[in-house]
Amino acid sequence: MRAKALSRLLFAVGVVTWVALLFTDISVVFSAKRSLPAEVPTWLPGVILNLYIIALYYYYKLRIDRDDQLNFVDLLWRVFATGLIATVLSLALRLIEYLMEATTLTGNIVYIEMIYLINLGLMISFLLAAFTAWKRLILYQKSKWLIRLWTFFEYALLISLLYNNFIFPETEMVYNTVFGFFVVVGLVLSGNLKWVAYLNFRQKWTSLLLLLLTIFYLIYSFYTNSSLAMSVSGEEIGFADYRNHIFIQSLIAFVTVYSAFSFLVIFFNLPTTSVFEQKLEEVVNFQRISQSIQTEQSEESVYRILLETSVSSVFADAAWLEIKNNEHDHRVFTYRITEKEANDIIHHLKDHHVTGVLDQSTDKTKNLSKHLSSLRGSRFRSILAFPIFVKNENIGTLALLKELPDGFNKEMTKIISTFANQAGISIENFRLLEEALQSERYKEELKIAKTVQKSLLPQMLEKDGNFEIAAFSESADEVGGDYYDTLRISPEETSLIIADVSGKGTTAAFHMSQMKGIFHSLAQNCIEPDEFMVRANKALVYCLERGSFISASFFLVHTVSKKIRYARAGHCPVLYYSAATGKTEYLKDKGVALGMVRNNSYGNFIESNEITYAPGDIMVLYTDGITEAKNSKGDEFGYERLAEVLMEVKSQTPQQIQEHLINKLYEFSGTDNINDDYTTMIIKFNSQT
Amino acid sequence: MVHIKRLQEDGIDIITPIGEIDASSSIELDLTIAKSVGEGFTKILVDCGSLEYISSAGLGVFMSYIDEFKDKNLKMVLFGMSEKVANTFEILGLHELLTIARDKAEAKKLVA
Repeated sequence: MRAKALSRLLFAVGVVTWVALLFTDISVVFSAKRSLPAEVPTWLPGVILNLYIIALYYYYKLRIDRDDQLNFVDLLWRVFATGLIATVLSLALRLIEYLMEATTLTGNIVYIEMIYLINLGLMISFLLAAFTAWKRLILYQKSKWLIRLWTFFEYALLISLLYNNFIFPETEMVYNTVFGFFVVVGLVLSGNLKWVAYLNFRQKWTSLLLLLLTIFYLIYSFYTNSSLAMSVSGEEIGFADYRNHIFIQSLIAFVTVYSAFSFLVIFFNLPTTSVFEQKLEEVVNFQRISQSIQTEQSEESVYRILLETSVSSVFADAAWLEIKNNEHDHRVFTYRITEKEANDIIHHLKDHHVTGVLDQSTDKTKNLSKHLSSLRGSRFRSILAFPIFVKNENIGTLALLKELPDGFNKEMTKIISTFANQAGISIENFRLLEEALQSERYKEELKIAKTVQKSLLPQMLEKDGNFEIAAFSESADEVGGDYYDTLRISPEETSLIIADVSGKGTTAAFHMSQMKGIFHSLAQNCIEPDEFMVRANKALVYCLERGSFISASFFLVHTVSKKIRYARAGHCPVLYYSAATGKTEYLKDKGVALGMVRNNSYGNFIESNEITYAPGDIMVLYTDGITEAKNSKGDEFGYERLAEVLMEVKSQTPQQIQEHLINKLYEFSGTDNINDDYTTMIIKFNSQT
Repeated sequence: MVHIKRLQEDGIDIITPIGEIDASSSIELDLTIAKSVGEGFTKILVDCGSLEYISSAGLGVFMSYIDEFKDKNLKMVLFGMSEKVANTFEILGLHELLTIARDKAEAKKLVA
């Protein structure tokens, strides 16, 4: 808004100063004609003229120089428009004059002066518009030196406005020197025509037309103003004669020179326009290939983009892309050529022992046109082949074909080589991304399985007035296969189980959940421990993989008879502390793990046992993660140590015993990150009963 | 990591695993036994003298051949186990399913 208001203000100032110029200059001339002393000082018109120039200068600076949205052709249009207005107005005046025919009015010097000043004002406006537009064009590609030179030029010109206000010893030599200086600087600046290269074909033609018309306006306005000035000066002196005004003269020279240069340069660059457009397209294509890694869904799309862009960049007639990732992955993508034709050419070259290109053993591109000429029946006479590298491995060949003989030049070779390289990088990135995604997916899977597994362990353990249980389980980094649970069968009977699935990972967790199902369904019926194991074994045999097994221990606690019946199926022997004897022992009963005997004879390998408990007795159920935990020296925690640790806290609650045991375990192994699943379930029989 | 050696003596294939058998190296053990069976050996000995450790995956490999050997009337005997390894087999009850001998001589007698 501010800019708009300011520009309107400047325009208004311009108009005001022009009107002031009109009055003062006419008054001077009028006085001179009547040989009267001037009412206004004779230098005043000159000053006002300069003010007018400055006002317009800033006006155009605001309108053209500061406007970011103007492109090249727009700038030329602006200049053209200004010139058009100027010329139309000027022509309109001529028309009026013509219609009025020669009268005393038209012969009156004041009248001529007025026409002259109108034309002068229009011409100056046009020149300043062009000057500002040319500034934008010249400074399109800035360099320090260029900016300095231009700034110097501009300021010098503005300062030269003063030249005509003071009575200099106006020798022709001084004038010519200064003028010549401005012309030379203008010439140097006019060499900056880089913007021409960025025009496309259509824009170039438009620009030619606009410049031509601009030059026409220049010539017309120069001629008009000259003739008018001549007719006025012929009679009187002391008016604003621009013919000695160095600013205006330099401006005319500069604007004309630059217009002419631009016109010629654009005209002679017409034939090369297509090359620049080509280069631009190549860059766009290159971007396409390098961005294809994110936007494309598959390697195939990258291959297709490579084919398309290569063909369009070198104007090839056909192309194929052969990809050979490994023994099994061999694909050929073709463009405007049948696979048969492609294979024919490949075989032909092979037959002629042309090695090093299509046999993917080279890193150089080759121009094989001369070999192709000997193949009959093929419409192609030139071939260019490129290897494609991914991670320093040659995974394929890109071949471009032309019907013209010798149709590929060095430039084409270079640009396609760049494409092929970039395609290789894109594909490599694509594969890396896939790998990363896969590993992320795998980690996600494990996370889910771990959550599921944790949820299968019991939230609450059975409690009784007769005993107390504490349990703890931790799985290794991957998902674990340890399981423990309790089930209240009747007020007097509770069953317990601890199990360890062989292996790790998601399958172990699934087997663990199967074990849970089996326990909860079989244990409800007060089943004998060995019968439990036989039935469990039968059920598991259907779903365990080859080489998988589950070790388990199952207990039936009867709190009235104070008896524990149990079976040990290959699991770590239970650690039992007897309060009466004050000693610990391992219950090493016979029993083969579940899943090892996959027929009906399993019953022979498992047995039930019975033990009577007393108040204060402790049973420690655990998995091999505890006893096999290693310290830095490679020693195992072992059975003796476990028994010793229990003895240290035999009078404490199960919770306390558990805590003590786990701490000792961490202390021993030197870390709390044990590389196996480890579980403990500790039952203590209360002293009161 | 494990390195598995094979040599033949008197028509018996003697497999000697050296090192540790964990989840990844158990595959190699599996392949070796399968190869031996495939080559037609009916008597296979496993020298566990250099076996430092065996994981449940390795145990699973031995276990998986029990039925196959019974069906095909092949004989496999393990011998030379360290106390630790022998203990592992015992806890799981594998000593009731597989034939385990003290040393090579005893093992050879058992396959004869």
